[in-house]
Amino acid sequence: MPKDHGIGASVKRREDIRFLTGQGRYTADINLHKQGYAYFARSEMAHATINKIDTTAASAMPGVLAIMTGADFAAMGGNPAGWYINSRDGATMKEPKRPVLAHGKVRHVGDAYAIVVAETLEQAKDAAAAIDADFTELPAIVDMAKAVANPAHRVHDEIDNNVCFDWGWIEDNRAAVDAAFAAAPHVTTLELVNNRLVPNAMEPRASIGDYDAGTGDYKLYTTSQNPHLSRLLIAAFVMGIPENKLTVIAPDVGGGFGSKIYHYGEEAAVLAASKALRRPVKWVAERSESFLSDAHGRDHVTTIQLALDKDGTFLALRTETMANVGAYLSNFATVTPTFLHGTLMAGPYKTPLVYVNVKAVFTNTAPVDAYRGAGRPEATYSIERVIDKAADELGLDKVEIRRKNFITTDMFPYTTPVGLVYDTGNYQATLEKMIELGDLAGFEKRAAASKAKGKLRGLGLSTWIEACGIAPSHLVGVLGARVGLFDAATVRVNATGSISVMTGAHSHGQGHETVFAQIVAERLGIAESAVEIVHGDTSKIPFGMGSYGSRSLAVAGSAMVKAVDKIIAKGKKIAAHMLEAAEGDIEFADGKFSVAGTDKAKTFGEIAFSAYVPHNYPLETLEPGLEETSFYDPANFTYPAGAYACEVEVDPATGQVEVASFTCADDFGNVMNPMIVEGQVHGGVGQGIGQALLENTIYDENGQLLSASYMDYAMPRAEDVPFYTVDHSCVTECTHNPLGVKGCGEAGAIGSPPAVVNAVIDALQRGGYKHVTHIDMPVSPSRVWAAINA
Amino acid sequence: MTKVTMVVNGKTVSAETEGRTLLSAYLREGLGLTGTHVGCDTSQCGACVVHVDGKPVKSCSVFAQDVAGSQVRTIEGMANADGSLGVVQQAFQDHHGLQCGFCTPGMVMSSAALLAENPKPTESEVRHYLEGNICRCTGYHNIVKAVLAASGQDVASVPAE
Repeated sequence: MPKDHGIGASVKRREDIRFLTGQGRYTADINLHKQGYAYFARSEMAHATINKIDTTAASAMPGVLAIMTGADFAAMGGNPAGWYINSRDGATMKEPKRPVLAHGKVRHVGDAYAIVVAETLEQAKDAAAAIDADFTELPAIVDMAKAVANPAHRVHDEIDNNVCFDWGWIEDNRAAVDAAFAAAPHVTTLELVNNRLVPNAMEPRASIGDYDAGTGDYKLYTTSQNPHLSRLLIAAFVMGIPENKLTVIAPDVGGGFGSKIYHYGEEAAVLAASKALRRPVKWVAERSESFLSDAHGRDHVTTIQLALDKDGTFLALRTETMANVGAYLSNFATVTPTFLHGTLMAGPYKTPLVYVNVKAVFTNTAPVDAYRGAGRPEATYSIERVIDKAADELGLDKVEIRRKNFITTDMFPYTTPVGLVYDTGNYQATLEKMIELGDLAGFEKRAAASKAKGKLRGLGLSTWIEACGIAPSHLVGVLGARVGLFDAATVRVNATGSISVMTGAHSHGQGHETVFAQIVAERLGIAESAVEIVHGDTSKIPFGMGSYGSRSLAVAGSAMVKAVDKIIAKGKKIAAHMLEAAEGDIEFADGKFSVAGTDKAKTFGEIAFSAYVPHNYPLETLEPGLEETSFYDPANFTYPAGAYACEVEVDPATGQVEVASFTCADDFGNVMNPMIVEGQVHGGVGQGIGQALLENTIYDENGQLLSASYMDYAMPRAEDVPFYTVDHSCVTECTHNPLGVKGCGEAGAIGSPPAVVNAVIDALQRGGYKHVTHIDMPVSPSRVWAAINA
Repeated sequence: MTKVTMVVNGKTVSAETEGRTLLSAYLREGLGLTGTHVGCDTSQCGACVVHVDGKPVKSCSVFAQDVAGSQVRTIEGMANADGSLGVVQQAFQDHHGLQCGFCTPGMVMSSAALLAENPKPTESEVRHYLEGNICRCTGYHNIVKAVLAASGQDVASVPAE
C-alpha cells in the first residue's frame, strides 16, 4: 500500500477546496474601502521622444482623481538588474535606468508613461485617452543583428551598438576549445532560434497600493512570486523608503512561470498614487497589457558547434548567442542568458572542452527575462539539437551517441568545464527507464502503422540536466548576484500544539500548503491537519527569496527542516526537565519525547503546553516558548536530470504535427508528494510542446507586437497535447540538503522542446526528406510544409 | 443605471448596472462573487464560464442586462447542499486537475456542462469540448483525467494507450 500521509504520499491538496468553490482570494478579488481605479497610458510606438504630456484636460474629466507621469517619478531610483555581468574584455555591463514610468523617451510598445486614477475604471480609461501627448517617432530597433550593426540607432542614447554585455564563459578556455575544433575529425554546426515566448500565467498582473497617512505605512497587494524580494526592490532601490514602512502581500497568485518574480513599475506607481490621494489605488492588467508589458522569455539566436570523433565521442562544444533583453533590463535579465545558460552547456555529458559566448542586445521590445526554466531550456535545446544533427551526419544511433558520452556514476562529484560541480546523478538509469516506458523497441511497428495512414512517424529524444535550488549565496555572489539566495522558515508551535509555519517560499500553483505540511507533520510525528503553512505576506513571514528556479523545496524546505530540528532539540531540553532525565537520554520519535529504555514519555502536545505555561520548566537555563527560525543557504545547486522521448506523426501533405506520445523519466531525488511532482512535469511538458509547435511572439519591423492576444498567440489547448507518461522512480539523492531533494518545477519545460523538434526532424528524415536537418520553433504546419517542399 | 435582476445560484439577486456592464462584472463587482475569473479580454481563455439557463456561457461576452431574468449558476453554486464538493469539483481535487486555481472555475463549469450534454465522453471529446478553456499549469493531463473520472469512467489505466 502506498503511504496515505506524510513524506512520499500523494496527499490531496488542501488549497484545492477554496479554489474549487470560488473562494480563492486573488489580488483582483480584493477591494478596499474608497479605492480608486488605475489605468496606465501606454506607448503605441516602439520608439519615440516624448515632446509633451499635457494632462490638463484629462484631469478635468468626470471622476478623475489624479494623473501622474514619468516626470513625477523622475527623482525615484531605477528598477535594477539583479546581477552584474562583465564582458569578455572586463568591461561592466551597461545598465540604463529603468524608470517607474517612461520619461524623455518611450522604448517599446506598451511602455507606460502615465497613471490615471479615477472613481471608476471606465472614467480612468476615458481620461487616459484624453491625455494630450506628443511624440516624435524614432526608428524602431527590433532585429538583434541590425541593432548590433547600426550604431546610429540606439535604444538608449548612451549605449553604442545596443550591446549590454559580450560575455565569454569560460574566457580562459577559449583558445583550447578553438584548438580542439581545429583538430577535430568532425564538426557539426547548427544555427537555431529559441523563439520568444510570453509566459501567460492565466491571472493577469494586478496591484493595489494602500498608503496609511496616519502611520506612514505603505501596503501593496500584488501578484508576486517573491514578496520580500519585491519589497526590497521597491523600498530600497526605487522608492527610497525604509523597508519596515512597506508591507507586500502576494495573496493567491494565479501562476507565475517567472513573469511574477520581477518588480514592475506599476507597483511603485499605485503606491505613490495612493500616497498622493490618501486612498487605495487598484490596478488590474488586461490580457493585452500582459502581452505588451509582462517580461517575455527566451529569444536567443544561436550558432552551436559540436566537435566529435568519428565514433561519436564529444571532443568540444562552442556556442555564439545573441540574447534579446528588450528595451530595459528586467531583474533577472542578465543572469538568465549567462549563468543560467552558459553553465549548463555541458549537459549530462563529459564533453571535455566547452566555450560559450553570449551578447545581450537591447531592442525596442518588451523586456525579456526568466521564463520557466530560464536559460536552461535554451542550453538544453541547443545541445540536444546539435547532438541529433551530429548523429545524423555520422550515421550514429541517437540513443548510443548519448549513452556513450554520459558522465558515468563513478565520476561524481563531477566538475564540468563550465564551472559547476554535479554532486550526484545517474543518467544511464533515467535513459534506460525512458526506453522501457516509451517502448522504444516497438517504435518501428508504430511507424509502420502511421505510414499505413499516410503519416510520417518520428521519435525524438532529449537527455537533460538543470541546476536548481538557486542557490548558494557565496557562489552566486562571486558570479555577480546582488542578492543572497538563501531561504528562511519560522516554525511556531502554538500553546495547544498546533503549528504555524511561516515560509519565505511562495505558492502560486505548486501546492506548498499541502506538501510543506506533510514534511513538518512527519518530522514532528503529528497530524498534518495540525500544521498550517503561512506564505506571501512580508509582515508575517521571515525574509526569504520566494519561489522560482525550482528552489522552494530544496532551499525553503530545507530551512523548514532545520527549524523543525531546532524545535525538537528544545523540546528535548524541556522533556529532560519534566521527566527528570539527562537531555542526552531523551529520544524523540512518533510525536513523543521519551527516556531511552523506559516507558517514561511526554507527548509533543504536553511539551508545547509546558513551553507556554512554564510552571514546571527549567526557566533558569531555557527561555519559554517554542518557536524557531532557520535561514538555510545551500552548499551547491541541485541537479535534477532526466530522459524524455517524444513521438510525433507528421502529415506530409499539410505539414501538421501531432504529438502521439510523450514519455518522461526523471531523477528529482526524493519525492515528497508524487501527485504534485507529476502535475509539475505535466505542466512543464505542456508548455514545452507549446514552445516547440505553437507559440511565437512576433514584432513587426516597426516594433508593433502582432501576437498580442489569444487570437494571435497560440496557447496550447487540451486538443494539442496527449496524455503524458511520467516517472520519477530513478532516484539519486541530493547530497547536500536534509531531504535529499532536487526540484521538479521546470524539468518538463526544459527537457521537452528538443524532444519534440528532434521527433519532427526524425520523421522527415525517415520519410525521405533528407534535406531537412532543422526547422526553427514553433514547428508550425507552414514551416514543416515549406521545409518539405524546399 | 438600470437595476438588473436574475437568479444566481438559486437566489434572486439584483444590482445596478450600466448598459455596458458585462455579466462577469455584474457577478464580480455587483454581487461580490469573485469565483468567476477574468483572464483575457477577447473571450478566449474561458476562466469566466458560468451557466446561463443551463448552458455554458463566457460571462465576459454577454451584457448583464441581456440575461436579466435568467437562471445563472457560478462556481460558488457547484457544491452539494451540505457544502461538500460536487462530483466534478471532487474529481478535480482527487485527480489534481488544478494547480494555481485561476482557470479552475471556468474549467469546472465547462466540464459540468459537457457531462450534462454527454454523460460518458471519450478522451478526445473531452479535449475538444474544453478547447475554449486555457490552462497554463497542468498541461491538461489531469483535467482530462478528472473529467473522465467525474463521468464514472475508470481512469486507472491513464495514461496507458
